[in-house]
Amino acid sequence: MSKELRQKYLRTNKTTFCLGCGYEIFINCFLRANEELGIEFQKTIFVSGIGCAAWIPSPYFRAETLHTTHGRPLAFATGIRLVRPKNRIVVISGDGDLVTIGGNHLIHSARRNLPMSVFCMNNSIYAMTGGQAGATTPKGAITSTDMEGNKESPFDLIKLVLASGANFASRYPVAFPRQMVEGIKKNLMAGEKKFAFTEIVSVCPTQFGEKNNFKSPGQMLKKQKESGIISGEFENLEEYLKLEKLYEATQLCTFQVIG
Amino acid sequence: MEKRQTRGGWQQAKSLLPSGKYLMSGNEACAEGALVAGCKFFAGYPITPASEIGETLAKRILEVGGVFKQMEDEISAIGAVLGASWAGEKTMTATSGPGFSLMIENIGFADMTEMPCVIINVQRGGPSTGMPTKPSSSDIMMARYGCHGGTPHIALCPSDVQECYDLTIKAFNLSEKYRSPVIVLSDASLAHLREPLKIKSKVKIFDRIYEKGKQHFGPTKDFSAPSMPTPTDGEFLMTTGSAHNEWGVRNTFEPKGYEKLIWHLEKKISLSKELTDTEEFMTKDASQIVIAYGFTGRMAREAVANARLEGKKIGLIRLKIVWPFPETIIKKYEEQCQEFIVPEMNQGQLHNVVNQCVTDKTKTAVTSLAQPNGELINSEQIFEYLTKKTWGTRK
Repeated sequence: MSKELRQKYLRTNKTTFCLGCGYEIFINCFLRANEELGIEFQKTIFVSGIGCAAWIPSPYFRAETLHTTHGRPLAFATGIRLVRPKNRIVVISGDGDLVTIGGNHLIHSARRNLPMSVFCMNNSIYAMTGGQAGATTPKGAITSTDMEGNKESPFDLIKLVLASGANFASRYPVAFPRQMVEGIKKNLMAGEKKFAFTEIVSVCPTQFGEKNNFKSPGQMLKKQKESGIISGEFENLEEYLKLEKLYEATQLCTFQVIG
Repeated sequence: MEKRQTRGGWQQAKSLLPSGKYLMSGNEACAEGALVAGCKFFAGYPITPASEIGETLAKRILEVGGVFKQMEDEISAIGAVLGASWAGEKTMTATSGPGFSLMIENIGFADMTEMPCVIINVQRGGPSTGMPTKPSSSDIMMARYGCHGGTPHIALCPSDVQECYDLTIKAFNLSEKYRSPVIVLSDASLAHLREPLKIKSKVKIFDRIYEKGKQHFGPTKDFSAPSMPTPTDGEFLMTTGSAHNEWGVRNTFEPKGYEKLIWHLEKKISLSKELTDTEEFMTKDASQIVIAYGFTGRMAREAVANARLEGKKIGLIRLKIVWPFPETIIKKYEEQCQEFIVPEMNQGQLHNVVNQCVTDKTKTAVTSLAQPNGELINSEQIFEYLTKKTWGTRK
């Protein structure tokens, strides 16, 4: 990240994320997207919940940040949105926070379609608490609560949000930073008018990688790159391949843009 | 030098309805009180017997340029309320027992981040679904602490429709002044009782204080509420439910700072002398004193007046602010009084608190007249105890 970006948008130079964490790639891309759109943080309100991802805006972003209770950032953001129509509202939180404990608020916020940008940082696991399975953990993945592999199927967040009534949903893996910057820009622009949801498929080498035989963070990113496809290509795939790719998407990898 | 910016403090507000007498239910009076106090945001979830507060505000709040939102559950209702409060508006929600239970976690968040808001809890019989249409006072202890962390709350108990109106205004003033959630404990019978209500043309209201550049959170030196900026003041607010220092910077490992913060949250409320509001009725020479609150309070008043006619030396202390508990008043009457009588629509929650305050239990007895059966305690029942020492409830 360039020094200028850091000085402009961050409170500190250091973060507490683990080595190889995908969230730092997101921070870089997010700030770049803001810079390119000319967005100042003075009028941006960041809301986050609990977990690793919730630490991205609070305390690192030099903006108005509200760090709420576990699973409830969308409820808080709804309240803020209704009384502060002029500010940009960005919700950045994890998959466990937004989808598992806060799933009810997610579908209802999508249904309400109030203007806000939502970034769901999906690392497929509860990382801060020690690597337990959540509603986004791929089937068969090893977690600290299921050593034989997760027996439940994960949510497809894009489908969930679209089915709930929102009309902007996108997904980007951290292995494709350039595309992600463009995706974040699209989200931020859409978030001025409607509920814009973006799932950032991240990597967690500490909790997910170690348990699931990834030897390094680089290997996880490589896996994302191999199995990821860009949206145009996705549309042209054969129907049976589409299904396969969609399944892979839940296995940490594919990205597609809708909306 | 930068210009010093301040705002907030006591103001005069005009009543929305023309002054005069109205016929209103307790729930409607709560809603009207909120509007006069400056409430601009209401989020809620329907629940018997509190629904009418939301229904009234859904129409009326638009007339003052406010926002009404029905949320998907009580958790998000209080979440939205706190979000709007953080954004700078006066906010309120209304619920009953089960909803109040759901809200508790975020009320703790409001404690930690010192966020003002008003929660009206129209009590019904519990636990769980209990008796949804019947009155009760069973959430008294829950309102006192409720959340993990043990920070105290301010709780008010109206006993008639007039007080539903007055105490809701007061609740807003206190919540803004102390930067704390304030709970108004109404009940199912008061909620639907229609009574005459007097509305004055002018009301004193308090707006949260903001001084530019001052610390955003506790601890403060004198245990007062710190200045509260809104996100549009450009102070780069950092608000977190984690332990934090006076600028909101997370501080979750350092015992000293955390302890200071916890004592700040405790003493902000417990040391305040303003937070006592009681009605003392015929207590001067009383040797027996009834301590009551809420709907039972007005029944006790009648019973005490009738017992006086029989020549009994009986008085009444009616609590309008239940929490923080007015210990000094109990101490004041302890010497002259042989018995404190606490009639309650629960198993005796406040009785235990009064009992703790009495130092010499051989001289002063504390009697609990408990009736947790979903029925109101009427004045005849209390009168019977005062004159014949019998308490006719099923046990």
